[in-house]
Amino acid sequence: MNAHNSVSRRALLTGGLTTGVLLAFHLPLRAAVNEPAQKDATDGKFAPNAFIRIDETGRTVLMMPQVEMGQGVYTSIAMILAEELDADWSKVEVQHAPPSDKLYANPVFGLQATGGSTSIRAWWKPLRAAGATARAMLIQAAAAQWQVEPASCTAAKGEVAHAASGRKLGYGELALAAQSQTPPKDVAVKDPKDFVLIGQPLKRLDTPDKVNGKALYGIDAILPDMKIAAITNCPVFGGKVGKVDDSAAMKIAGVRKVVVLDDSVAVIGDHMWAAKQGLDALKIEWDEGANAKISTKDIWEDLRKASEKDGAVAKSTGDIAKGLASGDKFEASFELPFLAHASMEPINATVHVRPDACEIWTGTQIMTRVQSEAAKAAGVPVDKVIVNQHLLGGGFGRKLEPDMVIAAVKIAKQVDYPVKVIWTREEDIQHDVYRPVYRDQVAATLVDGKVSAWKYKIAGSAVIARWLPPAFQKGIDIDAVDAAVDAPYDFPNFQVEYVRAEPPAVPTGFWRGVGPNNNVFAFECAMDELARKAGKDPVEFRRAHLTKNPRALAVLNLVAEKSGWGQPLPPRVGRGVCVQPSFASYLATVVEAEIDDIGEIVLRRVTSVVDTGIAVNPDTVKAQIEGGLIFGLTAALYGEITIEKGRVQQSNFHDYRVMRINETPKVEVTVVKSGEAPGGIGEAGVNAGPPALRNAIYAATGVALRRLPIDRKLLAVGKKA
Amino acid sequence: MVAREFAGWIAASDRAKKGMHMATTLTINGETKSFDAPPDMPLLWVLRDILGMTGTKFGCGIAQCGACTVHVDGKAVRSCVLPVSAVESRAITTIEHVGSTPSGAKVQKAWLDAEVIQCGYCQSGQIMSAAALLAATPNPDDADIDAAMAGNICRCGTYVRIREAIKLAASGRQS
Amino acid sequence: MRILASLVVIAIIAIGIGVFIIRGPGPLDFAGGTKVALADYRAGKPTGVPARLEKAGLVERGEYLAKAADCMVCHTKPGEKDYAGGLAFKLPFGTLYSTNITPDKDTGIGNYSDQDFLNAVQRGKRHDGARLYPAMPYTSYTYMSDEDVLAVKAYLFSLPAVRAKAPDNTLSFPFNQRWAMMFWSAVFNPDTRFAPDSSKSPEWNRGAYLAEALAHCGECHTPRNLGFALDNRKKFAGAITAGWHAFNISSDKATGLGNWSDADLISYLSLGHAPGHGSASGPMGEAVDHSFSQFAPEDIKSIVAYLRSVPPVASSDLPATTAPVAPASHKDGVTADARGKKVFASACASCHGWSGESPVSPMATLTGTWAVNDPAATNVAQIVISGTRRHTPDGALSMPAFGNAYSDDEIAAVANYVTARFGTKGSKLTAKDVAELREQTAE
Ligand code: FES
Ligand code: FES
Repeated sequence: MNAHNSVSRRALLTGGLTTGVLLAFHLPLRAAVNEPAQKDATDGKFAPNAFIRIDETGRTVLMMPQVEMGQGVYTSIAMILAEELDADWSKVEVQHAPPSDKLYANPVFGLQATGGSTSIRAWWKPLRAAGATARAMLIQAAAAQWQVEPASCTAAKGEVAHAASGRKLGYGELALAAQSQTPPKDVAVKDPKDFVLIGQPLKRLDTPDKVNGKALYGIDAILPDMKIAAITNCPVFGGKVGKVDDSAAMKIAGVRKVVVLDDSVAVIGDHMWAAKQGLDALKIEWDEGANAKISTKDIWEDLRKASEKDGAVAKSTGDIAKGLASGDKFEASFELPFLAHASMEPINATVHVRPDACEIWTGTQIMTRVQSEAAKAAGVPVDKVIVNQHLLGGGFGRKLEPDMVIAAVKIAKQVDYPVKVIWTREEDIQHDVYRPVYRDQVAATLVDGKVSAWKYKIAGSAVIARWLPPAFQKGIDIDAVDAAVDAPYDFPNFQVEYVRAEPPAVPTGFWRGVGPNNNVFAFECAMDELARKAGKDPVEFRRAHLTKNPRALAVLNLVAEKSGWGQPLPPRVGRGVCVQPSFASYLATVVEAEIDDIGEIVLRRVTSVVDTGIAVNPDTVKAQIEGGLIFGLTAALYGEITIEKGRVQQSNFHDYRVMRINETPKVEVTVVKSGEAPGGIGEAGVNAGPPALRNAIYAATGVALRRLPIDRKLLAVGKKA
Repeated sequence: MVAREFAGWIAASDRAKKGMHMATTLTINGETKSFDAPPDMPLLWVLRDILGMTGTKFGCGIAQCGACTVHVDGKAVRSCVLPVSAVESRAITTIEHVGSTPSGAKVQKAWLDAEVIQCGYCQSGQIMSAAALLAATPNPDDADIDAAMAGNICRCGTYVRIREAIKLAASGRQS
Repeated sequence: MRILASLVVIAIIAIGIGVFIIRGPGPLDFAGGTKVALADYRAGKPTGVPARLEKAGLVERGEYLAKAADCMVCHTKPGEKDYAGGLAFKLPFGTLYSTNITPDKDTGIGNYSDQDFLNAVQRGKRHDGARLYPAMPYTSYTYMSDEDVLAVKAYLFSLPAVRAKAPDNTLSFPFNQRWAMMFWSAVFNPDTRFAPDSSKSPEWNRGAYLAEALAHCGECHTPRNLGFALDNRKKFAGAITAGWHAFNISSDKATGLGNWSDADLISYLSLGHAPGHGSASGPMGEAVDHSFSQFAPEDIKSIVAYLRSVPPVASSDLPATTAPVAPASHKDGVTADARGKKVFASACASCHGWSGESPVSPMATLTGTWAVNDPAATNVAQIVISGTRRHTPDGALSMPAFGNAYSDDEIAAVANYVTARFGTKGSKLTAKDVAELREQTAE
């Protein structure tokens, strides 16, 4: 019955540099029951560091310190390692790294976390060094065997060659000997002009198994004797379980056990259907507690009040008070709603609590935190917690939280078999860790058609303060002010402030695009309004302020050209532009949209130009921008979580809408060639869509929206801003 | 204003009466499979939790996302709302086997050629919907693609490439 | 059951005049036969419970009758305790809340004597003498026998007492003047028990008792007169109730039940679905789930026998026939209304198919249903707004409520598209119409 245990992870990989080559691609799907799980897959004899394993056959296994959730990072990381290693790409396999902050901590966070579009930026240097070191050791081993100078040897495609003598040895043949070489210090990495893999649109390693149903996500874990649990969390934030009458549930065939936790109830069954039916049959009285009255309306009122306070100054240049004192004044505030992540793979975790250990199967963005939190919940030492990482069916920041694993451990603790806990989509949407509400205020002055002063104040939740407390310093959330403190424009008098305002009881967290989401929106909307005030074309106006930012200026110029900026359009059709430096990438985007008579929006065309520095895999960069744009546009068009009586009112895709293919415009992304260090790319597109669309609507209708999601009622013919 | 909610009105005791298991036989991917399941159990959970075929995905459970799409007699159907008792005498094809149909193979290849996939979680369903579309409409235009694919959500936003890949599959071109 | 949104009462004040003309015939007058007192009727037993419960205790019999009278749906707020009241009935002049009918002494009916209970159910008179609004269908329940009413009471008193005070009604003047209901009752409540018709079969009499006294079919399906009472001249000819179209259930062949087979009717009442005729949703879906599906088979057959005897009245607002299956391709058939089509493709086609025949469940098939053939599209719009959740022997079947995330324009567009594609004549709903429909069902 367990169909997968025998499934081989083999797949044909075609294309790119490896056309027609059979590649064994092993993603460790499930901790196969008989294998000791979580061993660092040292299949090979040559293991020069935490990332590279080469065995005698030349099979090259690369350990992935970051997780694959669709962003293509397994392929890009493998490309970086393989590039410096000069590996034979067709022999490269990737594996999820086990949890270890010591070996695999993301240098940006000091934690084994995947988020904030940091993977390539953070790992660029260490991985190149790791690859180059391993290559040097292989060369040393070959040179020793041939008794020649290492400098006279070269490496390419998994072989070391000695040109003078025409001798060659494969990495497999060298593996044993290389292992005993002393790693060189300060090994040189390649000159980018010598890259053979980096910069190529190589085919992704993870996609072949994703077209035939073989790829395994956390939700696909199957273990012997495993049962399935469905969970319901207290509908009111912070509420507790009161009384549970499980008599009807226990009568349902296939229901095994009802587990009552502090704030949630789970039904364990032979299959999800029994578990779900059981859950529906429970009569639960909740102790709703103090939050049964909160509503988004009140939260907004509080936030508006809080945002009137002075904030902590995150950046200040020039003399803001003086700058604001003269010139043509402009003031506006921009409001962004709570958002759910709604990754396609619903929240899940599979846990087996044994007397001596706790084993977990899941897809998480935060391996080591999952491990340590599970240890606490299970009451076992951290080293007794085994985490089997899986592919993620989307993360978007939701899986930077360990809550679903903690709950699953608590449930699994009550039985002696493994339990897969699946959240229905309704639970997923109603018990998310939400993108916080933000209110951003701009006060600016224009002098001679240019911005003379720009005071900017962000009010909203400090996700960092909860998630990474040491990074929260002097009252400033470095995430919430991201892309504001480093805005691309040259404003003579400039100040950024932050007011921490936590919504009561509503958990807030990172959401794809993170801090720059709110700041890029507010900046770019305000820039358009100021341009209009100054009587300037929005692109022209931005150019005038990009005097000190050639990369931003270059992408803006190119996007203007590619999007046909300035060419005439029919009535109620408009173009809107957005320029942003986010995650150390520069992105300029133009959205062209039509607003029909009743205010419905038809997206016609989106054009983006990105300078992300060295594009490790340019096709992945393109794909991430395309997908990010749609993710962000979805939020602009529909995204909003509202709360009434302490409960989230949305529940599934019928009332938490997402864009579909029949709403998707033509999208054209250009990746600019660049020699700069790589920037982040997984989230940049998300930030671009909303302001560019909003500005297109502004151009088409004259209505200056100040709030997301877009309220179509304001856009019907005859409405004025 | 809260729209009328009907959920929760049903006495739980009513439900408890049900859930008897019955021997069921299905034809899945050309093979006959027999198992015990309650007749109202959606095919999705039979596939995933009884037969261990996890290629078919759970996304919403209410026929709004398409992640669970399978073919029943060659047509794309949402398995999350399809009671297993309704498909007993019909031919079911899942993502694990769609590559053995001509349109399925074409779609899979085009999907890789156009590098459609990101996280991939929705893609079993996307591919099943696209394969059914091509089987019925070998040369779909944009309107056909919209009509056949609008029920499939992709949170990673791969729609642009899905459209491109369907056209690629239809044309038989290489990308 | 439900609301009767318009019930109002109060028109009553004006009613002293022409009472008789307005009152019109009683619900059973159409049958014309000879009425005999219940006690004198020997051919069968039209009241009480079916044979299998004949020997059951009072509480169990009361439970059957309470379900047959469908007390729970109106006296339960979704998500709250059964029978604890608090369900809102939104009327044009304010909101009424159903009362707690659990045996709680303070907030429920714990202090009711038998006579109090009879007064409330049969006469619309509260314990304290105040008048009930006819949202409570006492003009139907008045036909119940004392014995049956008291069995229901025994059942209710066997339930746990729930302390729950319904919110105060928010009716505006003059509708908040309960005393005025006295006049309404005097005119419209016959205050009489069921009297069998000796010229009809025992089955018919049982059916008449169930349909009129307990299931109160007419409260939704019979149009109302100027005094907001049932107009039995057009008995069962269909009406808009609580924002939903309760279709014609007279024996008219084209627009009523005249062409439905017995099997169709039995299936519809007991399962909420009849092949080719669609599925019960909205208020009727609830009636099936909570009431009809609990009926003994012979009781369902009795109701069918009774329904057959109701004279045909044609509904001029419905087409003479329903439309056939739509083409399988989205490109054939009705293609107008790009906006409606877009919504349909995104949110509807997966379940309902482009042909209207559901690939998922016959219960989701649109072809042949009155809802899509109703050029007013009332029920199509309502079900899009509110969704449905039905519980059938084949499992729960539900449609999500799209009302919160789709605009009035989108809902109007998709309703117009659906009625044009799958019905005989497309509707012409506007966003404003949809907004009004929302108002009628909103709580
Ligand atoms: S899981 Fe079936 S359509 Fe979403
Ligand atoms: S590829 Fe991730 S949801 Fe579609």
